[in-house]
Amino acid sequence: MACKNCTNCGQPDKIDKIVNKFKGDPTELIHCLQLVQEEQGYISQDAVKKISVSLGVPESDIFSVVTFYSQFTLKPKAQYNIEVCMGTACYVLGADKSIKKFEEKLGIKVGEQTEDNKYALCQSRCLGCCGLAPVISVNGQIHGKVTEDKVDEILSKLK
Amino acid sequence: MSKVNLIIDGIEVVADSSDTILEAAKKAGIEIPTLCYLKDVCQDGACRVCVVEVKGKANLVTSCNNKVAEGMIVETNNNRVMKARKTNIELVLSNHNKKCLTCGKNLKCKLQKLSYEFGCDETKTGGEVESKLDLSSPCIVRDNSKCVLCGRCVNMCKNIQATSAIAKQYRGYSTIVGCQFDKPVEESTCVGCGQCVLVCPTGALLETSNISKVTNFMNDPENIVIAQVAPAVRVALGEEFGYQMGDFVEGKMVTALKRCGFNKVFDVNVGADLTVLEESAELIDRLTKGEKLPLFTSCCPAWKKYLSIHYPEYVSHLSSCKSPNEMLGAVIKNYYAKVNDIDPAKIKVVAVMPCTAKKHEIVGNEDVDAVLTTRELAALIKMKNINFNMLPDSAFDNPLGNYSGAALIFGVTGGVTEAALRTVADKLTDGKGAVDFKTVRQSNGLKEIKLTVSDKNLSICVVNGLKNAETVLEQIVKGKKHYDFVEVMACPGGCVNGGGQPFVDYTKTDYYDVAKLRARGLYKHDQKLESRKSHQNTQVMDLYENFLVPNGLHKKLLHHHHEE
Amino acid sequence: MTYKELVELREARLKEIDVRFNKNSPNKEIMVCSSTGCKSNHGDAVIKAFEQALKQNNITNVTVGRTGCFGLCALGPIVIVYPEGTFYCRVTEEAAKEIVETHIKNGQVATKYLYDPEVPTQTTKADIDFYKKQHFIARKDSEYINPENILDYVALFGYTALYKAVTEMTPQGVIDEVKLSGLRGRGGAGFTTGVKWELTAKETAKQKYVVCNADEGDPGAFMDRSIVESDPHKLIEAMAIAAYAVGASKGYVYLRAEYPLAGQRLEKAIKDAKKYGFLGKNIFGTDFSFDLTIKFGAGAFVCGEETALMHSLEGKRGEPRNRPPYPAQSGVFKCPTVLNNVETYANITEIIKNGGEWYKQIGMGKSTGTKVFALSGKVRHTGLIELPMGTTLREIIFDIGGGVPNGKKFKAVQIGGPSGACLPEDKLDLPVTYDDLSANGAMMGSGGLIVLDEDSSMVEVAKFFLEFICDESCGKCTPCRIGNKRLLELLNKLLDGKGTMEDIDELEALSHFIKENSLCGLGQTSPNPVLSTLRYFRNEYEDLVKNAGKPKTPKYRINKEKCIGCSACSRACPVKCINGEIRSPFEIDEEKCIGCGTCQRTCKFNAIEKV
Repeated sequence: MACKNCTNCGQPDKIDKIVNKFKGDPTELIHCLQLVQEEQGYISQDAVKKISVSLGVPESDIFSVVTFYSQFTLKPKAQYNIEVCMGTACYVLGADKSIKKFEEKLGIKVGEQTEDNKYALCQSRCLGCCGLAPVISVNGQIHGKVTEDKVDEILSKLK
Repeated sequence: MSKVNLIIDGIEVVADSSDTILEAAKKAGIEIPTLCYLKDVCQDGACRVCVVEVKGKANLVTSCNNKVAEGMIVETNNNRVMKARKTNIELVLSNHNKKCLTCGKNLKCKLQKLSYEFGCDETKTGGEVESKLDLSSPCIVRDNSKCVLCGRCVNMCKNIQATSAIAKQYRGYSTIVGCQFDKPVEESTCVGCGQCVLVCPTGALLETSNISKVTNFMNDPENIVIAQVAPAVRVALGEEFGYQMGDFVEGKMVTALKRCGFNKVFDVNVGADLTVLEESAELIDRLTKGEKLPLFTSCCPAWKKYLSIHYPEYVSHLSSCKSPNEMLGAVIKNYYAKVNDIDPAKIKVVAVMPCTAKKHEIVGNEDVDAVLTTRELAALIKMKNINFNMLPDSAFDNPLGNYSGAALIFGVTGGVTEAALRTVADKLTDGKGAVDFKTVRQSNGLKEIKLTVSDKNLSICVVNGLKNAETVLEQIVKGKKHYDFVEVMACPGGCVNGGGQPFVDYTKTDYYDVAKLRARGLYKHDQKLESRKSHQNTQVMDLYENFLVPNGLHKKLLHHHHEE
Repeated sequence: MTYKELVELREARLKEIDVRFNKNSPNKEIMVCSSTGCKSNHGDAVIKAFEQALKQNNITNVTVGRTGCFGLCALGPIVIVYPEGTFYCRVTEEAAKEIVETHIKNGQVATKYLYDPEVPTQTTKADIDFYKKQHFIARKDSEYINPENILDYVALFGYTALYKAVTEMTPQGVIDEVKLSGLRGRGGAGFTTGVKWELTAKETAKQKYVVCNADEGDPGAFMDRSIVESDPHKLIEAMAIAAYAVGASKGYVYLRAEYPLAGQRLEKAIKDAKKYGFLGKNIFGTDFSFDLTIKFGAGAFVCGEETALMHSLEGKRGEPRNRPPYPAQSGVFKCPTVLNNVETYANITEIIKNGGEWYKQIGMGKSTGTKVFALSGKVRHTGLIELPMGTTLREIIFDIGGGVPNGKKFKAVQIGGPSGACLPEDKLDLPVTYDDLSANGAMMGSGGLIVLDEDSSMVEVAKFFLEFICDESCGKCTPCRIGNKRLLELLNKLLDGKGTMEDIDELEALSHFIKENSLCGLGQTSPNPVLSTLRYFRNEYEDLVKNAGKPKTPKYRINKEKCIGCSACSRACPVKCINGEIRSPFEIDEEKCIGCGTCQRTCKFNAIEKV
C-alpha cells in the first residue's frame, strides 16, 4: 500500500502531469519512469514519492525497479562528462597525474560529480586512441595529448 | 485429488497430483535440504539448494516448486546432486560473513547447518563480502553481509504484511535487500512486526538487543528492576529449553526471571485485564453514541504504526487505551511505587514480549524502560547459567500477579475480542453472559462474526496479518463493510507468532501451524482458571477501587490523550 | 477493409512506385537506406544532398526516398537507384552530388561508389556476391519499401496473408500450416513455433496475448533491429495472424529501449495499420479483433528470457521464474501467451502465403527455412546474411563473408553471443542447424557470428562475454549470481599470470555447475564461451599457467624484410621505443614496448607482428 502521507507541492508541474497519466496502474511503472527521466534527466526522490502515490506501488518497489534497469539513473547527468583514459599508453604518459589535477581543480574524486552537476569525472578503459596519448574524452569528444599541464586549458574551455 | 505414482531414490511413492517433488519426498521420509524455501512464504526456487535429478531432464530441477508427474524418476542424493548442492552452498559461503561465534543466529542458522552437513570448505572460493549494517531501528537489526538473498523477508513484508518496506535493490552480484534510496529501515514504512526476523534463515535479521541495557539496570544496586511478562511468552519460552510448542511453562519462567536478577516479576496479564475493562466500557460507550465505529484495538504497536502511515484518517478510531504493558508500566510507576514508597525514578520496568514492535512502542514512554523478546529472555537465562528444566515453579509477585483467563488469551488472534466479549456480555446481561466465544477463534487471517449480546447486535471482525488488515480497511474505506469492533494483530496468528518468539525449524513445523500449536497452550490453561473474565480479577478490581478511581487516575494512567 | 479495397490500394500504389520494378520506366528513384546504421552515418544529410543536387540540376523526374536496411551497415550509407537497381555504397554528401552528375544526368554508373569498384559488373544487389547467395524470407523486399509508408507494404502483397488467414482458414488451419513448415524459434531456443501456438490455442481463457520479443540483447546481433526498422508491417501482420490462430485479442511488442528508431517506425506502422483497419475491431469484416501496443524495455539483457520479459512487461523487475507454468498456460498477467522472436514472426506471412510445404523444402532436416546471421569480427564483409538452414560455416564466413583479411589465419567463430560457443577451424564444415550446433557444444542463439583470427586470445574472448554476463545477471539465483562472479575471478587470475592447473579444472567444474543449476536460460548458457574455449583451445589456458609469472603484455616486432624504413611507426609510438634510420629497417625496443599496437595499426606494409 503506497504511503499516503506524501507532501504534494502546490502547483501541478510536468512531473505531476506525467505521473497522473498512469494513476492506479502499477503495470505502467516502467513507462512512467521512462517519461519522468526523459523530462527531468534522472529519477529523483520526489518523483518516486509521487509515482508511489499515483500508481499505488510502494517506494521500495519503485526503487527496486529503478536500480534493476540500466536505463535509469539516480543522478542528474553532468553537463560535462570527463573521462580520463587509463589504458597503458596513457597511463605511462601520466594519465594518473592528470586525474589528480582534475580532482584538485574540480574538488571532486574520480566517480563523482560536482554539486552543481556541471562536471563529472571518471576513468575509462582504453579509448583506442593510443597515438594521441594521454587521451581524455569530454561528452564523447576525444582530446589528445592532455598532460597535467593542459588540465587548466581544457577546463577553461568547458564553461 | 488424483494420485500420482513416482519413484524417489528407488522408493515407490504415491503422491497427490498437486504435490511438489519436495512434498512427495517428505511423505516417503526423504528430507531434501532447502534454504530459501518456506511453505506459504517463499517458493521462488532461487537458492537452488533443493535441486534433484529427474530422469530425462538435462539440468537439475528444483524440488520445492516443481510438481510431481506420473512415472517420474527422481534421485535426491546421487553424486551429481550432492556435488551440486555442496558447490552451491560453498558459493553462498564465499561472500558470507562467517563470524558465526558472535552471530545472534549461531547454532540456529540454516546456512551453518547445511555447510556442516555437506562438509563445505568455506575457504575454498574466496570473494568480497559486502557489508552493510543497519542499526537505525529500535526493533530490528539488518546485516546484509549475512544475507543469502533467499527473498523470504521481502515476500513476507510484501505479500503477507502488505508493507513492502524492503525490496531487492540493484542487480546481479550487487543485489541487496534494502529500502528506497538506501535509506535506513527506520525511515521506511517498516512497522517493526519482526516477521522478517522470524523467517530469515541466517543472522541477517535479528532484533535490536536490549540485554545489556537490562543487565546494566541490574548492576546498579539503587535500581528496582521489575519484569512484566506477556501471555504469549509462557507458551513459547519452553521451546528454547527442549519443551514442545504450547507447553505452559509459566511457573519455571517466573522462577527463572527471579534468578536472572529481577527484583519483582509482574504479569502483563494484569494490564490485559485492565485493558479489557477500559476497552469494553469504551465499546459500549461508542455503541450507545453510535460514533467512531468501528472501534479498532490498540494493543498491537505494529498495527497502530501501519494505520497511522497508510490510513491516518482512521487513527481516531483506535481505542484510546494504552496497550497492556504500557498500562501496567504506568500502574507500577505510580501505584506500586507509591504504595511501597519507592522513588519511581529508581524503578526500571522491563517488559518481556513475544514482540519486536514493542521496542518502538516504548520510545518516549517513561513507564516502560526496556523490552526483551522471548528470545532475549532465553539468552539471558542461559547467560546466567540457569538450568531452566530443573527450576521449581513460582507464582508472579503480588499485587500485580493475578490474572483472569480473558487476559491470558490476549496472546492469540481473537483473544482480545473474546476477552472483551466476556465482560461486555456480563455487563449487558447483568452477569449472565457466556464465557467461551468460540466463533471468534481460529481465524485464518480474517473472520467476520455477527453475534447478539442481550439486545445488541454486534458486527465484529477479527484480523491477523497486515495484508488482511489492508483488505478490511479497503472495504471499510469504500463503505462496503460496517463493523462495530475490529481486532487487529499484525502478526499472522496473533502474538503467539510474534516477531520476538523463539525461532522455529520450519522443516518440522509449517509457518501457519506455529500459532495454532502455541495458542492451544493458552486456551487450555484458560479453561483451568477460576476467574475467566476480567472483571472477576479481584486484584484488578481492588486497584480500581482503592487507587485509580479515588485518585481520578484511571483515565490518565490507562489511556492515551485522556479526556476529562 | 474489404478484399476489393485491399486490391485497389495495392494496384494504385504499385502504379505509383512502378519505377522500382519497371526497367523501362521514364522516371528514376533514389532510395537511401534510413535505418540506424546509415542514419547515424549522415544518412539524412545524404538525402538532403540528393534533393539539393537534383534541384540544382533542374531534374524533375527523379524522386528521393527512404528504404529499409540492407544489412551492410559498415559500407553505408547505402543507396539504390531505380529502375536499374544500381547498388551504391559509402555514399557521402559529396558522393550524392557525384552520383547525380554521373548516373542521373549522364546515365553512367558511378563506379567509384559500387560495392566493389574493382568489379564494375556487380552493379545491382542481385549481382553482388555478398547478396547473391542469400535467400530472403525474413528480410524479403526491404529494398523496395519505405518503412514509413504502409502503402508500399500493401503494394507488395502486404496484409494478404492476414486476409487469407482470417477469411479462408480456421485458427487450427493456420496452426497446422505453421506446424507443417517446421518453423522453429529464431530467438535461440529453437522450439517449434506451430506447437507453441497450438499449446496456447488449447487453453480456455477470457484473455490471451501474443507477444513479440524484440529485446535483441546479444552484443553483435542486429537482425531484429533491421527487420523492425525496415519492415514493421511484416511483424504486425504476423502477430495478427498468430493472435487469430491462438484466440488472442491483444498483443505487445517488447522492444529494447536502445532501439528508438525501431520504436518510432513501429509506432507509426501500428497507427497506420489501425487507420486502414488491419488492426482494431472486426478485421476484414470478421469477428476477429486485435490490438497491438509497444512496451519498451529499460536496459536489461535478461529481459530477453521469456518469463523475465513478461515480468518486465508487467512493470516489475525482469527476474525470470520457474517453468512450469509455461507462457502458453500462464504468461502475461497470468493469461495464456504466445511469445516469439521478431525473426520468427518475420517468416510467418510468407509461410501463410506460400504454404508450410514450400517453407519446409528450404533448409535442412529439422531446421527448415532460413536464418539471418549477423557476421562481424575479423572478416572482410560484415553485415546481415540470410541463408537457408544447413549452410556451412565455411560458406558463410568465406564464400559470403570473404574470409579473414590482412593475410591472417582464421582461428575460431563465436556463434550465439554470450550464450554461445567458439568453434574452431575443423568445425567450419558444420551445417548450421539447431541439432548440428548443439551436438558440438554450441547453439544458434540469435545468429550472431563473430570471426576471430590468429591474433585473438580465446581466453580474452571468454572473459569478454563473462564480464557481460556478470553485468547482466539478474541476481536471483545463486549459481549465476555468485558462480559467474567466481568464474570471472578465476579467468582474471589466469590472465594475470597467477593461475594454476587446478584453477583450470575448477573453471571447468564450476562452469558445468552453473550450466546445470541456474534458474534460467541466461545462467544455463552463460558458461558456454568458457566451456567451448576450454574444449577446443585448452592449450591457451594451459599456456597462461605455464607462462604464469611472466609479463603478459604483448610485444611487437618489426619484420626487417618487409620494413621499408618510412618511420611512420616510430612517429606514432607513444613511448618512443622504435628507432632506426630512414629507408632502413627500424627496430622496436621490446623492453620499452607497452604492447599498445599503435605501430602495427600505423604500418601500411604489414611489417609489424605481435610476438
